[in-house]
Amino acid sequence: MLTEPTRPTEAERAPAVVVSQPYWRVRLSLAWRGLRRTWALFRQNSVGMIGLGIILLFLLGAIAHPILMATVWDPAVYHPVHGYDAVVIEKEVVEEVTDELTQIEVNEARLRTDPFVQVGDTLRMPQQPAPPSLRGEHPHLLGTDPQGRDILSQLLYSIRAAFILGALAAVMSVVVATTVGSVAAYFGGRTDSVLMRFSDLILLLPILPVLIVIGAYFQMNMPILAVTIGLFEGFGATAIVLKSQALQVSVKPFIDAARVAGGGHAHIIFRHLVPNVMPLSLLYMMFGVAGAIALESVLSFLGLLDIEMSWGVMLNVAQRQGYLLSGTRYWWLLFPAGLAVTFLAFAFFLVGRGMDEVINPRLRSR
Amino acid sequence: MARYLLRRFAQMAGVFLVFLTLLFALLHAMPGDITNKLIGDPSIPPEARMQLRRELGLDLPLWQQYVRYITNFFRGNLGMSFSRAPNSVASILGDAIPRTVFLIASATVLSFWLGFKTGKIVAWRRNTRAEHALVTAGVFFQTIFYPWFAIVVLWLFGFILGWFPLGRFITSSLWNATPFTPREMFTWMILSAVAALAVYAAATMVIRRITRRPTTRATAQRVAGGAVVAVLVAAWWASPARVYAADIVHHTILPVITLAIVNYAAVMLLTRSSMLETMKEDYILTARAKGLDEKTIRDRHAARNALLPVTTSMVLALATVVGGAIVTETIFSWPGVGLLILDGITMNDTPLVMGGLAIIGVLALIGHLVADVLYAVLDPRIRLA
Repeated sequence: MLTEPTRPTEAERAPAVVVSQPYWRVRLSLAWRGLRRTWALFRQNSVGMIGLGIILLFLLGAIAHPILMATVWDPAVYHPVHGYDAVVIEKEVVEEVTDELTQIEVNEARLRTDPFVQVGDTLRMPQQPAPPSLRGEHPHLLGTDPQGRDILSQLLYSIRAAFILGALAAVMSVVVATTVGSVAAYFGGRTDSVLMRFSDLILLLPILPVLIVIGAYFQMNMPILAVTIGLFEGFGATAIVLKSQALQVSVKPFIDAARVAGGGHAHIIFRHLVPNVMPLSLLYMMFGVAGAIALESVLSFLGLLDIEMSWGVMLNVAQRQGYLLSGTRYWWLLFPAGLAVTFLAFAFFLVGRGMDEVINPRLRSR
Repeated sequence: MARYLLRRFAQMAGVFLVFLTLLFALLHAMPGDITNKLIGDPSIPPEARMQLRRELGLDLPLWQQYVRYITNFFRGNLGMSFSRAPNSVASILGDAIPRTVFLIASATVLSFWLGFKTGKIVAWRRNTRAEHALVTAGVFFQTIFYPWFAIVVLWLFGFILGWFPLGRFITSSLWNATPFTPREMFTWMILSAVAALAVYAAATMVIRRITRRPTTRATAQRVAGGAVVAVLVAAWWASPARVYAADIVHHTILPVITLAIVNYAAVMLLTRSSMLETMKEDYILTARAKGLDEKTIRDRHAARNALLPVTTSMVLALATVVGGAIVTETIFSWPGVGLLILDGITMNDTPLVMGGLAIIGVLALIGHLVADVLYAVLDPRIRLA
């Protein structure tokens, strides 16, 4: 018969660490301290800070849009989808057209084919797309599109959708990838090989063509697209990278300690493994945001999504109406939307690179 | 090495089967079946519709349809195109495949070669103004909105400067009175280029046998390369098909370069970071201590080892390149598989779309296989295993 271990008396007991605060507050303050340390490192990284600055600018634009719509902008004119404004221009008919083939500009062609117009008349006609102007009752800082809608309003309106899509897709992919990677690394063996073969498979799939075909035959709106992209990315490359990271963590002594202490599988994976993979996950989230925004824009540009307005849709409108090669002549149709996609993706990529240098000390230059 | 490649090949075959299954599932998930698309007229009696369903095998159990689909695919039967009625999907795609392959392959080779060459130099000159500028430009081009970039390139070089034609594969008016089709012409051009590459590879091997001195080797290889290119160009110049070959080349340059630039940025950045990791290794220090000159350390010690991660990442990036090729084809009206898919979508030509997607899958898999072989050759751990 085993004797009961003698309990230490009050005097023998080691002076225990007295936790006067509730646990959640301890955790919170630890997390806060970690965050501040990371921030201090990140702040030294000029690349990351530039990216963050650009993102903040975009965020300001996203906030500004509903405010402008409520105060300055008349929704009937400035609504990004349903607004309409016809800029009326006056043109004097100078000469009659002799060569039909040389007519290039749509408005001028229309003017020339009017049977009642005579040389010397002054015609008033709506001009669409209108160039940027500050004058008139409704100034359009970036002009209007071929359907008379304000470009600036569309541009600002699309930021919100881009952020939501990017965030949703990235969170989705990171949650999936972290879980898949950690589970594969923790259990190993058959679980590992099944999951990783599946990742290989997803990796081999050319995602854009597959999405093009899916978009062509099924209605895809923003949330569905975000989840699809997130799943694709999450099971694919990101899962493989995070798995190798999780593998490095899973052989550390504290994982064994947690197991010896009686921690269950789920507890060890989500309490010990995942938090240590998290920094790298966040990094891939940044790249994921950039990728998702670019994918959405390509699909919208090809006109395959069930989305009313986004940067890709703006370019699609320009393309459908035949302004694709207008270049600088109708620059406000091509450049704002194209540059917006580029710069937002660029910014997230920069933040990702900045975070990479924080997480991966070997990359730091000093 | 053979075992490694065999295993990868078996894996690819499995992956492809899963891919085909996915396509089959996609076909079945579509609202309505294919007869709705073939006969949209509601006045056609249901018996006729049933007859059609029977003929197409749509009344069979699902697994039999699946087996049929898979076996038909491997027999090269991809069905009939709706929009280009008498032609089979396989024959339409047959014209387009070489063009897409050429676009992807040449852009990849070009970007990989140039990206690796500049990437290692950039890494070697860390913290110079040139490095910062190149890295910033690289990141910008890597994240640039690709369709928009292609539009701007086409507008600038095709429309404003007029150096290159505005898309498409040939100038049709030129080809009206020719005895050969563009397809034959293109095949001959590719074959001659491959032959030239083979000759160059053989020459390289011979040179490696003859001399062991790196500088002599490099010069000899440069001379051999120049000679091969000169012979190739001269042969085409002398042939009666000169004008037509030049026409095709003229149309190819812009799409290939546009696709290559974006990939180039990615490869250059990758090579740079890979080099930065390698440069911290001890064997670089050893090489320095031996008194080797900087160029030898860079090219033969650092870059050779930095190449492996870059190759791996290229495998990962292949899906992106394929996607980029499709966008390139749409912007430049390059009549490849991607343009066929998008045309099929607008024309509601389901067999063409699904066939095209399957072919894109095949191309991606072959690309992966090529990258695997390359990796196996480059990595001594696999090569010698």
